[in-house]
Amino acid sequence: MALLKDKDFGTPPSTSDKMVTLEIDGFTATVPEGTSVMRAAASIGIDIPKLCATDSLEPFGSCRLCVVQIEGGRGLPASCTTPVFEGMKVVTQNDRLAQIRRGIMELYISDHPLDCLTCSANGNCELQDMAGVVGLREVRYGYEGANHFDAKKDLSNPYFQFEPSKCIVCSRCVRACEQTQGTFALTIDGRGFESKISPGQNQAFMDSECVSCGACVQACPTATLIEKSVVEKGQADHSIITTCAYCGVGCSFKAEMKGSEVVRMVPDKKGQANHGHSCVKGRFAFGYATHPDRITSPMIRKSIHDPWQKVSWEEAINYAASEFKRIQAKYGKDSVGGLTSSRCTNEEAYLVQKLVRAAFGNNNVDTCARVCHSPTGYGLKQTLGESAGTQTFDSVMKSDVIMVIGANPTDGHPVFGSLMKKRVRQGARLIVVDPRDIDMVRSPHIEADYHLKLKPGTNVAVVNALAHVIVREGLVDEAFVNARCEAESFNKWKDFIAHERNSPEAMESVTGVPAQTLREAARLYATGGNAAIYYGLGVTEHSQGSTTVIAIANLAMATGNVGREGVGVNPLRGQNNVQGSCDMGSFPHELPGYRHVSDSTVRAQFEAAWNTRLDPEPGLRIPNMFAAALEGSFKGLYCEGEDIAQSDPDTQHVFAALEAMECVVVQDLFLNETAKFAHVFLPGASFLEKSGTFTNAERRISPVRRVMPPLAGYEDWQVTQMLANALGYPMNYSHASEILDEIASLVPTFSKVSFKRLDEVGSLQWPCNEEAPNGTPTMHVDHFVRGKGRFMLTEYVPTEERTSSKFPLILTTGRILSQYNVGAQTRRTANTAWHSEDRLEIHPHDAENRGIKDGDWVGIKSRQGETVLRAVVSERMQPGVVYTTFHFPESGANVITTDNSDWATNCPEYKVTAVQVTKVNAPSEWQQKFRSFTEEQLSFLEKATAG
Amino acid sequence: MKGPYLHMHSENLVKMANNIGAFFQAEPDHAVAVQGVVDHLHKFWEPRMRRQIIAHLQAGGEGLSPLAREAVAVLMNEQQKNAA
Repeated sequence: MALLKDKDFGTPPSTSDKMVTLEIDGFTATVPEGTSVMRAAASIGIDIPKLCATDSLEPFGSCRLCVVQIEGGRGLPASCTTPVFEGMKVVTQNDRLAQIRRGIMELYISDHPLDCLTCSANGNCELQDMAGVVGLREVRYGYEGANHFDAKKDLSNPYFQFEPSKCIVCSRCVRACEQTQGTFALTIDGRGFESKISPGQNQAFMDSECVSCGACVQACPTATLIEKSVVEKGQADHSIITTCAYCGVGCSFKAEMKGSEVVRMVPDKKGQANHGHSCVKGRFAFGYATHPDRITSPMIRKSIHDPWQKVSWEEAINYAASEFKRIQAKYGKDSVGGLTSSRCTNEEAYLVQKLVRAAFGNNNVDTCARVCHSPTGYGLKQTLGESAGTQTFDSVMKSDVIMVIGANPTDGHPVFGSLMKKRVRQGARLIVVDPRDIDMVRSPHIEADYHLKLKPGTNVAVVNALAHVIVREGLVDEAFVNARCEAESFNKWKDFIAHERNSPEAMESVTGVPAQTLREAARLYATGGNAAIYYGLGVTEHSQGSTTVIAIANLAMATGNVGREGVGVNPLRGQNNVQGSCDMGSFPHELPGYRHVSDSTVRAQFEAAWNTRLDPEPGLRIPNMFAAALEGSFKGLYCEGEDIAQSDPDTQHVFAALEAMECVVVQDLFLNETAKFAHVFLPGASFLEKSGTFTNAERRISPVRRVMPPLAGYEDWQVTQMLANALGYPMNYSHASEILDEIASLVPTFSKVSFKRLDEVGSLQWPCNEEAPNGTPTMHVDHFVRGKGRFMLTEYVPTEERTSSKFPLILTTGRILSQYNVGAQTRRTANTAWHSEDRLEIHPHDAENRGIKDGDWVGIKSRQGETVLRAVVSERMQPGVVYTTFHFPESGANVITTDNSDWATNCPEYKVTAVQVTKVNAPSEWQQKFRSFTEEQLSFLEKATAG
Repeated sequence: MKGPYLHMHSENLVKMANNIGAFFQAEPDHAVAVQGVVDHLHKFWEPRMRRQIIAHLQAGGEGLSPLAREAVAVLMNEQQKNAA
C-alpha cells in the first residue's frame, strides 16, 4: 500500500470538443481548446513550477512562478492564465525564467519561517517543493526585515488550525471557499504587505461564516491551514480509497493512514460524486469510530431491567438464535423479524433480508428508508417504472432551471449543495418550495427567483397548482407526452389537473403561496430550458408523501423534463445507503431488485439460489411490527445499525412496543436508544472496519474498503452470517465480495457489478448489466423503464393533523449541517462545537406573543406528548411554524410527532405536528423519565464493562 | 392479545385503509378505484393485517370510508372463496 498522490494539472480541464496542437519545450501536445499552457504542459509530463494554481480552482495568476516564454509573444505570461492556441510554441525553462522564479521564491521565503524540519507540512509542502524545484540556494534579503512571523495562530476550529505566519497569500483558500464550497467566508484583508487571509470580518474561524468543509485546508500549499490530526500525528504513510458513511451524496475519500490509524480523510479528486470536495462530517467527523463509547464485547441479559453480562461471540449468537427459535415455536413463524439499515453496506442489508426470508421463514424485514424515502420508491416505480432518481449529480451543471422542493441541500447534502450553488452562480434560475428561508433562498451570491413559502402539509396542492398552470396555459410538451407516455393516463390526468379546484387561486388559501408567484414559477419551470427537480424529506415525510412524489413525476413528464442531462426527478436521499438498502430487498413486499414477493418466477430464482421456500405474502413494515408487538403477535427483532427508539415517530408508542418484545437483538457501534431495550447486544463495525459497497442518491455503487481491523473482531456481515448459521440456515461467505457476486447473479440491474470492476473504474451507476456494462448515468433516455410513462391522479387531501386553539402552531422537523440523523456518530465528535443540542426555531412574532426570548427554555406540547428545548428566535421561520432537529435523544423530538403516515408506505408524517409552545423552567415529564431510564441503562453497561 | 391495543390496532388499520381510499377516490371510474385499493392491500399489507381489517368489517366496519369498505368487502369475498 502506498500513499496515493493525485497529479495536479494546475488548472481545471477544458470541456471543449475542439482540439488544439502546440509545442512545449520541443514536444507536441494536443489538448482541448481553452486548456491553459500549464495544464497542456502537465498533460505531457512537463510540470511548470506553481504556487497559486491548483487544478480544482480557476487560475488566478498571482504568484508568477509559472511564467513561460511564448514564441512571438510579448513578455513572460503566467502559464496558468494563458490559454493554448494552434501552433503555439512554449518554452518553460531557460536562464531568464529560472532567474525570475528564484527571485520570486526568495521574496516568499524571506517572509516565511524556516522551521521546515519541525513543520507539520514537512514532506507535503508545495512551498518547500518549489524551493527545491527552482534551485533556491540563498535569500539575499535576509530574514531581518519586516515579516509576519509573529502573526497569531487561530486554533478555534476543532479540526484544523490557521497559522498566518506561514501564509504566502496565494488566495487558494479564499478561492476554494468561493468556487468549491460557495460559502464566501474568507477574504484577503488589507493591501500589499499588509494583505492577510481573513475569515469573516477579521474573526476567528469559529466566529465566522465558515462551515468547516475543509476545502481551504485542502487547497493550502503550505502548513498555514492544516488538519490538527496531521499536526498531532504527522504525515500519513499509506492511503486507501473508500466511501463516506454519512449522507446520500456518497463522497469518495482517501483514508490517509499510519498503520491502522486514520490520520486524515481527504476527499478523492477522482470521486465521481464529489470531485474532491467534502463537508465537515465526511472530512473531519470520523473520530466516533474509535470513541471510548464503542462497545466491543457481545452482551446478553434476560430482561431489560437486568444488568448486561459480557459473553463470548459464540454464546451471544447462540443465545440470540435460541431465543428466536423459542419465540417462533411459541408464537408462530411470523412473530419475529429484522431491520436493515441505510447506514450499512449493500452486502449487509442483503444478508439481513436473506436471513429474515430464509432463516426466519417470513418477510418481516424492513429498513429505515421506511421513515424517509419509501414514498420515493413507491411513487417513482408507479409512474416512471423504477424506484430511483433519474440523473447524476453532475447533471445539475446542465440545468437551466432548478426546483428544490422540501430539501435543504446545503445542510443535508452539502457537497451537492455546493455544486447546485455553483450552477446557480453560473446563471441557472432557481425555484425553492419550502416553508422556511433555507440557505438556497438567499445566501452569498445566491438568490432564488421564486420562493414558494408554503404552509407545511400542502406540497400536493402546490405541485398540482404548478401542473394546473402548465396544462391550462398550453405549456405541456405534447411531443414528449405523445411519444413517451400513456395517452389514456395522460388524458385522464389532464382533465383532473385542469379542474379549477387545482388552480393557484383556489389553492392560495390552503398553501399560503400567492397565486401570481406560483404561476410565474410554473411558467419558468415549463419554459426555462432544462428543468430539474430536487426533493427531499420535506416531500416524503407527509401523509401524502407518495402523492407528492407522483405529482412531481407527473410534472416532469408533462414538460418533457426526463431522459437527458440537466433535467429529471432527483430524490436527495438522507443517509449514505438509503438507495442501496432499498435496492437490496429490505422492504417486506419486495425481493432484491424491487421484485414483489408474490411474483412466482422471481421467487423461484431466489428459492433455487438460497435453497429454501419463500413466503409469497408481504411481511410487516416497521410501524406494523410495533402495532403487532403491542397486540402480542410480534415478539422478536433483529435490528442492525438502526436506532428506531430515537428516529421513529411517537416515541412512547415505540418504547412500549420494544418493551413488549421478548427478544430484541441490536447490532450497533454504541449502546444506542434501541439497545437500551435490547436483550442481546452484538458489537458492530464502523465503515472504516469493513468492506462492501454503498449506493448513493444517483444510483452510484461505490466501494467501501476496510482500512483498519474491526474493533470487535468481525465485520457486520460476518455477524449476520454467524446468526444465520446458528438459526440453522447455512451461510458460507468468506468475503463481502462473494455477497456482491451473489447479488449480481440475482438482481438484473447489478449483473455487471463486482468488487473487481469497482476497483477498476471507481464506481458504477446501476442499471449496470449486459445492455449497460459501464452503468447508466441518466435513466429513461429513450423509453421509461416501465415502457410508457404513467400519469396518476393526485388529489390534495389535507393531513388529519390540524391546528386548534390548544395547538395553534405547526412543528416541522429536519436536519442541520454538523449533525447526522440520530447523532450517534456526530455527537461523538467535535461537531458538537457547532450544534450541541437540538433547539426550537420560532418566528419573532410567535415568540413575542408568548414572552419567549432567544435562549429561553420552552415546552413544546402536541396531542402526543411534550418536551422541552431552548428557543432560537429566527426570521427564517414563517409565523405559525416552528422547527427543530432530532439529533439528540434527550430532546425527545419524536415524543411530540404523531403516528400519522403516508397513505401508501406508512412513512411517518414528521413534517406536520400541531403544537403549542410556552415558556417553561423545567424538563418535561418524559425527559425526566428518560433521564432516569438512561442512567439505569448506563449503569447496567458500566457493570458489564467493569466485569 | 391485549384488548386495548387490539382496539387501537383496528382503529389504526381503519385509518390506513381510509387514507388509501382517499388517494384512489380521485379516480373517476369507481370500479378502478375499488380495485386500486384492493391491489394496494394485497401488495403491501401483511396477511394478519388483512385478516384484522376483514374481521373489523364483519364486526360492522365502524369508521371505514365507503370506498375502503367496498375494497375490504372484496378482500372478504376472496377470503371466503379461498376458504371454500
